[in-house]
Amino acid sequence: MSALLEVEDLEVSFGGRTAAVRGASFKVERGQTHCIVGESGCGKSVTALAIMNLLAKGGKRTAKRIALGGQDLQPLSDREMSKIRGNKMAMIFQEPMTSLNPAYTVGSQMSEVMRRHKGSTRTQALDRAVELMTRVGITAPDLRLGQFPHQLSGGLRQRVMIAMALMCDPELLVADEPTTALDVTVQAQILRLLAGIQREMGLAILLITHDLGVVARIADQVSVMYAGEVVERAPAAELFSVPQHPYTRGLLNCVPIPGKVRRDQPLGSIPGVVPTIQPGFTGCAFRSRCSYAEASCASSITRRKATQTHDYLCRLAPGELGNSDLAERQPA
Amino acid sequence: MSNPVVVLPAAAARIGTLGFAAGVIIVSVIAAAAIFGNALISHDPFVQDLGKRLVPPFWMEGNRPEHLLGTDQLGRDYLARLVYGARISLMIGILTVITSGLIGTTLGVIGGYFGGRVDDCVLFAITCRLSIPVVLVALAVVGLMGSSLTLVVLTLGLLLWDRFAVVARSTTMQVRSLDYVSAAWCAGASTFHVLTREILPNIASHLAVVGTLEMALAILLEAALSFLGLGVPPPLPSWGLMIAEGKDYMFFSAWVIMIPGAALFTLILGINLVGDGLRNLLGTEKSR
Amino acid sequence: MIGFVLRRLLLGLMVALTVMTLAFVLTRLSGDLAISIAGPQATQADLDIIRKAYGLDRPQYVQFLDWVWRAIQGDFGQSYFFKDSVANLIAKRMPITLTLGLVGLSLALIVSIPLGIMAALRENSWIDRGVTVVTMLGQAIPSFWLSLMLMIYLGLHLGLLPISGTGTWQHLVMPGIVLAFTAIPALTRLTRSGMIEAMASDYIRTARAKGLSRWSIVFKHALRNAAIPVVAIAAVQLGFMLGGSIVIETVFALHGVGYLAWESIGKNDFPVVQAVVMILSIIYIGLTLFADILNAVLDPRLRSA
Repeated sequence: MSALLEVEDLEVSFGGRTAAVRGASFKVERGQTHCIVGESGCGKSVTALAIMNLLAKGGKRTAKRIALGGQDLQPLSDREMSKIRGNKMAMIFQEPMTSLNPAYTVGSQMSEVMRRHKGSTRTQALDRAVELMTRVGITAPDLRLGQFPHQLSGGLRQRVMIAMALMCDPELLVADEPTTALDVTVQAQILRLLAGIQREMGLAILLITHDLGVVARIADQVSVMYAGEVVERAPAAELFSVPQHPYTRGLLNCVPIPGKVRRDQPLGSIPGVVPTIQPGFTGCAFRSRCSYAEASCASSITRRKATQTHDYLCRLAPGELGNSDLAERQPA
Repeated sequence: MSNPVVVLPAAAARIGTLGFAAGVIIVSVIAAAAIFGNALISHDPFVQDLGKRLVPPFWMEGNRPEHLLGTDQLGRDYLARLVYGARISLMIGILTVITSGLIGTTLGVIGGYFGGRVDDCVLFAITCRLSIPVVLVALAVVGLMGSSLTLVVLTLGLLLWDRFAVVARSTTMQVRSLDYVSAAWCAGASTFHVLTREILPNIASHLAVVGTLEMALAILLEAALSFLGLGVPPPLPSWGLMIAEGKDYMFFSAWVIMIPGAALFTLILGINLVGDGLRNLLGTEKSR
Repeated sequence: MIGFVLRRLLLGLMVALTVMTLAFVLTRLSGDLAISIAGPQATQADLDIIRKAYGLDRPQYVQFLDWVWRAIQGDFGQSYFFKDSVANLIAKRMPITLTLGLVGLSLALIVSIPLGIMAALRENSWIDRGVTVVTMLGQAIPSFWLSLMLMIYLGLHLGLLPISGTGTWQHLVMPGIVLAFTAIPALTRLTRSGMIEAMASDYIRTARAKGLSRWSIVFKHALRNAAIPVVAIAAVQLGFMLGGSIVIETVFALHGVGYLAWESIGKNDFPVVQAVVMILSIIYIGLTLFADILNAVLDPRLRSA
């Protein structure tokens, strides 16, 4: 069975100058959670927006393939795409405080999606809204229908966003850092909620995050992005136990584990900063910060396979990275 | 959007600076004409010649080469009057802006700097000023006290300070909280020193933008007052007055009002372009 | 909300009183009123009679308080030159000025809002630049000159509209156009910048992610927010228009309040001048209060305490 979302060789540039995404490829299977993880500026949010065709002005995307449920999304005009957005694929964003229109009630904003795509009546849509709000854990949903966004807390607003995204029963939910702007306790609740909804509704989730903790909690598959490229792709467990790419290794090293970190040891970090890539760049973008870099890293890198489901973009052979200190870093 | 309309940010920026440049050129030309013009033109703007009334300008038939822009209803050379009128407009514009600028800036800075009750008073003053129908009051003052250049400048100056005050106040409030002001306080600087040496220089650029726009407004208002006969007294050739005088003949010799009107329009446009250009220049600085 | 309105009313009252004082002082500027009324040939005896008759022999502050007291009750005194009470005069002329103002504002909004939206949606394109150019030109045209030009071309050459006077709705068209012209540049710019800001906001991104139609995104979501300051400013603009209508009414010989004020200035008819200044101010104060209330009504965030 083919994957629900197939992205092949996605490239996004802005103003012809900055290459934000340079050939990203990944698949999201039905009913699974695929996380794209990376630092700020690596192009992960842009990837999500590009898939939905929601890029800001000046953004240009090209790809070998962007397909949802087998249907190629690229040739669709904005109008045709708008029939799919909110309907078969939905997106939630990072800042719940500003992502809802302050001038309309929660009920009106939720119901308009369903009325637009399914032709429902107002009552039908509001009923569904109440049903979904209850499902996502919002108390007193009838009351919320008539409330305005500014009357709700951040966590509540994000739940509204999630419920709103589910109104038309989408096959894919794209979540761009949905928990980053929330309190830590609320983060855990939202993640649990997403996992629960996925189980019940068979929803596929593409979750963008910079937080490895989130990845550990919720991911089935992971793509690690760096400077616009997917440098490693693997099932979550494998990524944490046998990372093949030096960057992934570096990321994992940065996460201190209570009890395992020694007092006199410095915390792990990756020296340097993420570079901005101009078009025409060749070779590995990570080489300036990599301790395994060689001269050959300046020319193009081949994608290697560690296993059937695990590939990465590095000159190092599978297993060459060594993982002695990683045995302690298995996710709980 | 998958099909963005062609975005031309570079072109737009070029046009923006083009506008600014055009404005500067226009204003400089008019200013130069105002300062030197009457020395170069042989005719006296006040000398009447009833034998040569309403001679059309050079692009119409019946024109006379010695009167390039024709003559008005009293035979006075139009070009000479136009150039003299430029002097009047610019003088009034500048003097008014200086007056209103002083008043408004003082009020705004004091209100913004001291805050509290003082600021409340300043805000109240601004609100009162905004509630006054400016044109009506200006007309009434001139009407009741007689037209003269000084009176017009004073009246407009005492009425047009509101934008200065508003901008001075808000920028002062912003600047006041910045570190170099605190540093000056810590160094023991007097209030006067802080106001004049720390605050004023930093709000000056914003006030310059307001100044150009207010100047355009002052010139427009003066023209309106003179048009209604309650501005600059005749025979001084204020452009507004020239339009008023030409009104009686406009259906047959439209050029009588077209020329001074076009002059007014061009000057105002030029000043506005300069003001907008200044604002854009400052805007781009601020966003860095 | 109630507290807010009450505070604004109190402020408005204080402003009104201040302006009334100014209006009063304004008419006393030219010196002895009795002389203005009586004329240059008057004898001392004439002046004394006039002073007594008009109450000008009382101390200034008494005159002021008396005027204020009566004004509150709607009695603005008698016009010196028209054989009528000032209140009547103004009441007769006010409808025309108000109608003119509303016509002007409506025309301005009908033009500005679509222009502003268009310019915002095509930001930095030639259309946007074109709109900017048009607003720049509009700002530079003196209103009285525009009035004359319209008279020449629309009135005379094309014979479409009456050149001056009052009476039919056609008499309001040209003045309305000129009045609209004074407001269009500012309103267009405001709409444009508001729409640009709205369209770049996060909630519009959400609306697009929901797959809503373009129409819904631009008008239902973006404009709804962008219009809030525009509507409020429009109310205030109406206030400016009413105050500034004096020039336009005079040029077109429209018998509104502005024209009345103009005539009164010429005749030194002080009670009328005082009253008109005061009334226009009060209308302006009322409109700003209205604008604030509109803001609160339209923006749910301002509503809850």
